[in-house]
Amino acid sequence: MISFDFQYERPESIEEAVQAFQRADSAGLEPIYYSGGTEIISMARLNLLRTGAVIDIKGIPECNVMAVRQDRFVIGSAITLTNVVEANLYPLLSETSRNVADFTNRNKITIGGNLCGKFYYREALLPFLLADSQVVLAGAGGLRQVPIDLVMNGEPRLEKGELLVQIISEARYLALPFITVKKTKQEKIDYPIVRVTGLRAAEGIRMAFSGVSEAAFRSRELEEVLNDTALPVQERIEVAIRRWPYPILNDILSSAAYRTFVLRNTLTDAMEALERRRL
Amino acid sequence: MNGHPGSVKFEIELLVNDKSHHAAIRAADTLLRVLREHLGLTGAKAGCENGDCGACTVHVDGVPIKSCMMLAIEARGSRIATIEGLRNTPIQQAFVDHFAFQCGFCTPGFIMVCHALAEHRPKAGDDVIQEWLQSNICRCTSYEEIGAAIKSVLRWQG
Ligand SMILES: Cc1cc2nc3c(=O)[nH]c(=O)nc-3n(C[C@H](O)[C@H](O)[C@H](O)COP(=O)(O)OP(=O)(O)OC[C@H]3O[C@@H](n4cnc5c(N)ncnc54)[C@H](O)[C@@H]3O)c2cc1C
Ligand code: FES
Ligand code: FES
Repeated sequence: MISFDFQYERPESIEEAVQAFQRADSAGLEPIYYSGGTEIISMARLNLLRTGAVIDIKGIPECNVMAVRQDRFVIGSAITLTNVVEANLYPLLSETSRNVADFTNRNKITIGGNLCGKFYYREALLPFLLADSQVVLAGAGGLRQVPIDLVMNGEPRLEKGELLVQIISEARYLALPFITVKKTKQEKIDYPIVRVTGLRAAEGIRMAFSGVSEAAFRSRELEEVLNDTALPVQERIEVAIRRWPYPILNDILSSAAYRTFVLRNTLTDAMEALERRRL
Repeated sequence: MNGHPGSVKFEIELLVNDKSHHAAIRAADTLLRVLREHLGLTGAKAGCENGDCGACTVHVDGVPIKSCMMLAIEARGSRIATIEGLRNTPIQQAFVDHFAFQCGFCTPGFIMVCHALAEHRPKAGDDVIQEWLQSNICRCTSYEEIGAAIKSVLRWQG
């Protein structure tokens, strides 16, 4: 049971949602946007989150779009992971989303919630980082469209009261050769100890990671190392691990040493697979 | 209608098992709590209330949903189906025929997932069956028997 009360609103436009947020904020209610709600309910039940107002975004038409239009793949933040998997418009995104939580939860978990959530796994973010996607954000000043890299790489950096409306990717990325591998401690359904996603673009391999550290990220510096053909692949991987931009997690799922071992092996397999899938 | 800012409790109408129900709820009440404590529909079980076990699974507009992961207020205007709404379905008989339960705590949740699977994917293969059923946990480990029950129904439909 959630032990505190909050208001619930379900606006039907972006403007109404932003205004509802501002109103509740001015009233000191510490509002939050509510998408699938699975994280909000879980955290509220455990008293890890408190809010006086939730603003359900599932009635906003722009947040419910999923289509390829004029060479752009547009996906609204309220689209569920099950719908992403079933539509399969961006196979790397579908395959990655397929292993997030379990099927019934994916009927509720949304892309927006996965990208903006407090849990640092955010596995569905990785395919968008690799495709240099753009995000459409709505705030008090109106709409803005910015590279996803600027506001999501590593951790979400939305401004207070900003709503993630859509993610837009160029269609040319959708069909590129890819790899996505999730390694868990034991069960098929669990948070990753290592998630590696890779895309083979014209200029070389792109890679993004989750589960290894307290951040889901893509690093240009690591990609430079991994694409440095002057070095044998195994050496590139060792250098990449040495230059890892965040501390490697040491937690109940895995020790840092074991995670590093799994990361090394997964990177080796991923590099080989992407090499085989050369354009 | 939005949850009224000033009032902690407000009246809501929910369509459950093709019947309209009224309840005075808080916006923070989960669908699971409202079904069990306001409507007396205790078939959906409160196992973990954390999205992990699936014992609370119901259908919302035909889609299996963990009712502990949904606010009741979110379900306004949707068709909700609980285990109490299923009568003489092939999957219920199959659970009996295949001894697919022991203590029975997980059974309503499993049956709701299996029923949705039979409705939406009657030709599902092993991969799809596994993907859907992995959402639920049985602590008595009746998995073999549950697998046999759903397969018999899918064959029956096919
Ligand atoms: C059982 C279970 C298993 C899980 N397993 C995995 C896993 O394997 N891998 C993984 O990556 N994740 C996993 N998760 C985490 C899940 O993907 C995230 O918690 C995600 O946030 C849930 O999405 P939601 O739509 O329910 O989010 P919500 O609960 O609606 O929101 C989560 C947060 O994001 C904010 N938010 C939501 N939408 C927007 C928006 N459009 N604009 C701005 N802010 C927004 C909310 O304010 C809130 O702070 C799991 C969760 C559960 C319950
Ligand atoms: S009670 Fe809902 S998933 Fe366990
Ligand atoms: S029959 Fe006991 S938990 Fe499944």
